Amino acid sequence: MAALPRLDLSWSRVFAVFLKELVQMRRDRPTFAIMILMPVIQLILFGYAINTDPRHLPAVVEMREDGPMTRAFLASLHASTFVDIVAVAHTAEEGEAMLRSGQASYLISIPEGFERRLLRGERPQILIAADASDPVAATGALGAIERIARSAFVPEFTGPLAYLAQGPPPYEIVIHRLYNPAGVSAFNIVPALLGVILTMTMVMITSIALTRETERGTMENLLATPVRPIEVMIGKTTPYIGVGAIQVAIVLITSTALFRIPFTGSLPAFLIAVTLFILANLMLGYLISTLARTQMQAMQMTFFVFLPSILLSGFMFPFKAMPGWAQAIGECLPITHFLRIIREIVLKSAGFADIVGDLWPLTLITLALAALALVRFRRTLD
Amino acid sequence: MSDEIVIDVRGLTKSYGGRKVVDDFDLKVPRGAIYGFLGPNGSGKTTTIRMVCGLLKPESGAGEVLGFDVLRESLKIKERVGYMTQKFSLYEDLSIRENLDFIARLYGLDRRAERLDRALAELGLSERQEQLAGKLSGGWKQRLALAACMIHEPELLLLDEPTAGVDPKARRDFWDRIRQYASQGVTTLVSTHYMDEAVQCDAIAYIAYGKKLIDAPTAQIPGRIGLHAWRMAGHPLHPAELMLKDAPGVELVARFGAEIHACGKDAAALERAVRRVQDAQPQLSAAPIEAGFEEIFIYLMSGAMDNFQ
Ligand SMILES: Nc1ncnc2c1ncn2[C@@H]1O[C@H](COP(=O)(O)OP(=O)(O)OP(=O)(O)O)[C@@H](O)[C@H]1O
Ligand SMILES: [Mg+2]
Repeated sequence: MAALPRLDLSWSRVFAVFLKELVQMRRDRPTFAIMILMPVIQLILFGYAINTDPRHLPAVVEMREDGPMTRAFLASLHASTFVDIVAVAHTAEEGEAMLRSGQASYLISIPEGFERRLLRGERPQILIAADASDPVAATGALGAIERIARSAFVPEFTGPLAYLAQGPPPYEIVIHRLYNPAGVSAFNIVPALLGVILTMTMVMITSIALTRETERGTMENLLATPVRPIEVMIGKTTPYIGVGAIQVAIVLITSTALFRIPFTGSLPAFLIAVTLFILANLMLGYLISTLARTQMQAMQMTFFVFLPSILLSGFMFPFKAMPGWAQAIGECLPITHFLRIIREIVLKSAGFADIVGDLWPLTLITLALAALALVRFRRTLD
Repeated sequence: MSDEIVIDVRGLTKSYGGRKVVDDFDLKVPRGAIYGFLGPNGSGKTTTIRMVCGLLKPESGAGEVLGFDVLRESLKIKERVGYMTQKFSLYEDLSIRENLDFIARLYGLDRRAERLDRALAELGLSERQEQLAGKLSGGWKQRLALAACMIHEPELLLLDEPTAGVDPKARRDFWDRIRQYASQGVTTLVSTHYMDEAVQCDAIAYIAYGKKLIDAPTAQIPGRIGLHAWRMAGHPLHPAELMLKDAPGVELVARFGAEIHACGKDAAALERAVRRVQDAQPQLSAAPIEAGFEEIFIYLMSGAMDNFQ
């Protein structure tokens, strides 16, 4: 490895590059528009794909009891558009096999003695096992089944049973998520989308930072001036911190407005994390820019980075369920750490102390990428 | 000119794809000189200039530019050199003024506004300074690039075909300026394909196939080559031109308007050839003339240069 460049930078040269980049960005309207519109479009596409009320999901019902209440419940299930009863199982094994094979997304079980315990006020359980590897299935199941149950039981709670209609429901609905214990939900996916959107746009836009200069022939002039590699790097990437900030604002506003994602965590912690994450992506893109020779190559490399960012980061598949090598790759990706941080902050109201464990790897990755980019920067036209 | 050597490079060599495009190139340019750099297309001029200003790393060779090592101190060299690229390399999506301002900031110049105003006025672009550089015509782009590489008042100018596509009046102004700079001690290495510009240089380095073949004060070059020339005029010239081309002793036949110039190194053989043509076409006039730069460089570029290797 070549010796690390000395840090003899001049802020006025950094500012010169920054200013030039800003003017160019302003003149390149289409690209700028895409960077602003992309988060909105992605959020709406992904968000709605996940948020739409799921309909007609195949379910298998396991009935251990046959009484007026359970029959009413079964009738309600049949009538609902949320699930389609594909089979009524009589043993636990039968139902589970259907769930495992994917023939059903839900296994709804009514345990033995349900009615008797209901009447005694023992709050018996309705068990729902959901195939949560299909995020759509896992989302909203609780709410939907609750609605179905209420519409089935409430009309039964009349006359001498009227006391059951008071207070909390005399039964309990327990959802057991299979294959994806963490449970992917819209609440989970929309904040994570912020990570995906930022990765995509920030890496893509900086990956052509240098290749564009090379392709337009302006690199020769730039290299002939006394500008240092580190000044080019800082000057060229900082304008995009602003673009990233705009995207973050767009995603936050859209996700609270459209999907009512609660934001309960610490805002300063979030801001630190998101800034660091933007920096990491800018450095990643810039590193690509020092490696690629053409804009085309830069784009291909961007996608090469983008795929593992989606597949191995815990965005698509639960991180803990991945094989060791995949987890190792995942740990090196900025988005993996950001996803953990943002889920902590947005969903679990975490503060600064809870995210430190992922902040320092993110910092380390950023610094490593920046150092690598500086070493890889071609100071000549060779 | 002084005795101080501003460019002193030795044995510069660069290959592309296993082919040496610059081969063992030496050059010494004294302070205040205007050094012409000539050679046919693809002979390695641009590559050499890039190595001199640190934009390309030579695979072998060494040297100093303005007293700094070309291999290790290229940043110091860049601060003091104005390099104008052959291909327009300013930002087409930046305005004329923004381009100059960017360069001025990179060189850390003080009184930027004042300098820019002056440069734009000299360039005659004050009114159009907000126009995008990409919208300029080819010749104007060239003139803008020239202004850009001079804005930081460099000690050494490396100009790669600075006047290509520039109109005659602007070229004249450009050369007046270069001479004025030279009198103030600014050194210039300039590549060109124009002979009228070549003769204005103090000295000329001539390169072909990556090898430097001639390097001499301009005035000495005709004598060194030892080229003799005859002029033929009259009508019709074309048959005579064809005859001369095949005649022994004639190494170059070049058309100059209504005349043809026949050149060769062997004076006696050349004269015999011309006389034979005149016998066949008595209506043509023939007279010996002094071989000019034009003939000499056409002769050099035509590939007949075995004697110099
Ligand atoms: N980046 C490169 N990759 C491969 N070959 C190159 C490269 N740059 C130059 N060459 C080759 O090196 C040779 C010299 O090129 P160079 O540009 O130095 O010539 P030149 O004398 O400046 O020509 P011109 O008068 O046309 O500008 C040419 O054969 C060219 O094809
Ligand atoms: Mg050239």
